[in-house]
Amino acid sequence: MELFRNTNIDFLGKKWYFLAFSLVFSVAGICSMLFWHHIPLGVEFRGGTLVYVKFAQTPDLDQIRNDMNRAGLHDPRIQRFGPTSDNEVLVDLGIQETSEAALDQGKNTIIHALQARNPVAEGKQDLNNTGAPSLQQSLLQKDPLHLGVDAAPKYETIAQQIEDFRNKERGGILTSVDELRGIVPPEVLSALQQDFYASNFVVRNVEIVGPQVGSQLRKQAILATLYSLAGMLVYLWFRFEMIYGVGAVVACLHDTIITVGFFSLLNKEISLTVIAAILTLIGYSMNDTIVVFDRIRENIKLLRREPLADIVNKSINQTLSRTILTSGLTFLTVLSLYIFGGEVLRGFSLALVIGILIGTYSSIAVAAPMLVAYQDWRAKRAGRSAVERLSSARDKSREKVKVKA
Amino acid sequence: MNKNLLLKTVLIVAVLIFFLIGIIGIPGSFTGEGLRSAVQKRIHLGLDLKGGTHLILQVQVNDAINADSDRAVERLKDTLKSANVAFGEISKPDPQNHPELVQIKGVPPESSSELRRIVNEKLGDYDLASGAENGYTLTMKNSVANDTRKKAVQQAIETIRNRIDQLGVSEPVIQEHGLGDYQILVQLPGVDDPARVKEIMQSTAMLEIRQAVKGPYPNEQAAMQDNGGVLPPDTLLMKGTTPHAQNPEEAAEVYWLISRSSAVSGADLRSADGGRDENGRPDVNFTLTGDGGRRFAAFTAAHVGDKLAVVLDNKVKSVATIQEQIHDQGRITGSFSPEETQDLALTLRSGALPAGIKYLQEVTVGPSLGADSIREGVRAAVIGMVAVLIFMLFYYHAAGINADLGLVLNLVILLGFLGYSGATLTLPGIAGVILTVGMGVDSNVLIFERIREELRHGKTPSSAVEQGFAHAWTTIIDTHVTTIVSAVILFLFGTGPVKGFAVTLSFGLAANLFTAVFVSRVIFEFILSRHQRGEPLSI
Repeated sequence: MELFRNTNIDFLGKKWYFLAFSLVFSVAGICSMLFWHHIPLGVEFRGGTLVYVKFAQTPDLDQIRNDMNRAGLHDPRIQRFGPTSDNEVLVDLGIQETSEAALDQGKNTIIHALQARNPVAEGKQDLNNTGAPSLQQSLLQKDPLHLGVDAAPKYETIAQQIEDFRNKERGGILTSVDELRGIVPPEVLSALQQDFYASNFVVRNVEIVGPQVGSQLRKQAILATLYSLAGMLVYLWFRFEMIYGVGAVVACLHDTIITVGFFSLLNKEISLTVIAAILTLIGYSMNDTIVVFDRIRENIKLLRREPLADIVNKSINQTLSRTILTSGLTFLTVLSLYIFGGEVLRGFSLALVIGILIGTYSSIAVAAPMLVAYQDWRAKRAGRSAVERLSSARDKSREKVKVKA
Repeated sequence: MNKNLLLKTVLIVAVLIFFLIGIIGIPGSFTGEGLRSAVQKRIHLGLDLKGGTHLILQVQVNDAINADSDRAVERLKDTLKSANVAFGEISKPDPQNHPELVQIKGVPPESSSELRRIVNEKLGDYDLASGAENGYTLTMKNSVANDTRKKAVQQAIETIRNRIDQLGVSEPVIQEHGLGDYQILVQLPGVDDPARVKEIMQSTAMLEIRQAVKGPYPNEQAAMQDNGGVLPPDTLLMKGTTPHAQNPEEAAEVYWLISRSSAVSGADLRSADGGRDENGRPDVNFTLTGDGGRRFAAFTAAHVGDKLAVVLDNKVKSVATIQEQIHDQGRITGSFSPEETQDLALTLRSGALPAGIKYLQEVTVGPSLGADSIREGVRAAVIGMVAVLIFMLFYYHAAGINADLGLVLNLVILLGFLGYSGATLTLPGIAGVILTVGMGVDSNVLIFERIREELRHGKTPSSAVEQGFAHAWTTIIDTHVTTIVSAVILFLFGTGPVKGFAVTLSFGLAANLFTAVFVSRVIFEFILSRHQRGEPLSI
């Protein structure tokens, strides 16, 4: 089986369409970054407190909002997260409520406000929000099995069993302590019933970022992107010529701007993993460009007499089969990541899905035409400066004549 | 098969076995459960996959500089006094922003050379410069200041490690973080309520025993009035709580007049334990080292009848009257809960933090989320990989088998490397694995397309294979180097999960050079060696 055998498409002839296409997307993205959604930053970069909570039943967002406001938080962003069946909610406190002096105060307020909804007997602990180590501690103090000295390992196993049962069998939430019947010995169960209750929620994930780290990470992310571009420019300069490096780096910048622009247009947050994805797609787009450039370099040696534009066209066509195949296959893996990879990887895989399409396009439509444009420009300048030299020489000789006269 | 080919095959099989052992170790049993636990033991999962807490904290390195310059001020005063050099005031103009600066005022011009000699002899870490009106500034040397900052971070890491080890958290990561920002990264797997750990890490636990000169006073004004508006030399006011309050709520704030110098400090402790006093109140007992004990004995012998104060983190914890000479035992009482005395004893045993710390970031991943992430990440990886494998078979026929073998071997090497190196597999790391598969396919496609092209030009299969590899090689090197450049930069700038991504990506690329170029070549050579003249190559 073979696709794209002996294609002969005039890519350079379509350069104005390419330019129009790239301009439309970059300008739309840049406009959105400047005037509309700006660049939506993830919590790592802007700082703030995020608490992801999973509920046993469908959560009532208005009720949660009221609870939060009553607890003294100033209108946190509250939204559903992930598939509806997961009953997950994201509570987002801005940077104002994340002071470095008491970094986790906001988180504690949120959890207490949620716990206040649950009818609790005095002094009981919340089984759903207790980890295995704390469970073990509390069992050790009670020692319901009367194990004495060697209690620690036994209770560690039991605590781990409870946690595994809760997380693997019950999706993180137990509706009551009684659900553990049959999982733990009866003595342990009755001890647990005395000390614990089961709330209707579990905290899945907490991210708290102080303002200092946020600004530091922002700087690092920009630096990382620029350094990797600079590193590649230097490598290509060394391996090819400077204009090849410039062409490839411009193509990568183009990809970065369009991808970030897409995130801005869709109002999706740029998190640390999205930056990793952007750096990956820079590497990936660079790959595509290098494959074409390598072919151009090879063809320049073989076909000395042909104009550069023809050589470039020929090289793109010769590598087209490879370009489409590789992009298609990588796109396939990334798409699988986007569809099946879960909520945490969604931003990462979205950046790659967009980036691979744009990166493939840019190596054909941006980087290669730049080589030809540069050569044309140099030829023109060389021609004009030759003409200029001639005319100025003529002027000088005229002046000499005048002086003599 | 010729000998050369046989050698290469042996090498490939050896690599395969080596990295397989990296993934599963030497398994005790080959049942599904046995293999699974073997893999779990070898491949370390990052916090985002197994759940736990990730903290970034900053060491307030200026504290350490301040401590050093405070000592310099004291030492200079003492030396000047004993050398009978007059001076007006020695102070630090801006401890907050310039802890390394000390200002000296009122030294008469005729003593200038004497002052210089003293600074040279006694304060070698400082530079002396003269300013206006017989004033001088003493500045800590830059190299010394940098050293002090670095040491403060190292010592903070040591202390925090001691404390966390005693808490029994398994496999914690405690290391310097960032590039010279005096930050520390702490990862605590399995800890999903970090409040107590944070409390214990943060307490500086700077213990000192000083003389309590006067007090207690209900507030600062009262203390100043009692002393005629000026504190006696070498004393300062410190906050404390009413002694022997039954519970923390009843304890009121009081002020004590405390000597500036301390008799013994936390560094002189040999051990500390939480316990209860004769009235059943929680307290902390401590024992001093030999040297500390001698100094304490001398101090208590000279001050029988006076009061001594146990000062913790610049707060008076308890005050007692010295009844007789004490050698090496002491006790801290105050309003503590039993858990607090245990934690205090723990922090005292682990040593004092050289400087305060401040939390910058806290990420807690609940264990249920981690389990979901693994399931989804692995599912996505398997689906993507299978799709690619099937497509390659479909598109390249027999050569597709070649590519698929290479991809699977690539995966084995990558996971084996994770097993050997102890590098952690994070969620973005799984994504890195998937991307490596994509890059691996790219190399194969490059080579195969080139071979097809050469065949189209009428070359024989063996020369087409040779030419195909030769031409694709330069391209493959260029693409790999550029990607590794970005992976290395990601590693340098990234944190936690992103670093994991960079590690898997770079190693995957290196493995890919081996599988897509070397292994694939060997398989082609093997096919060609059994190939009949004139038969077409299946690609």
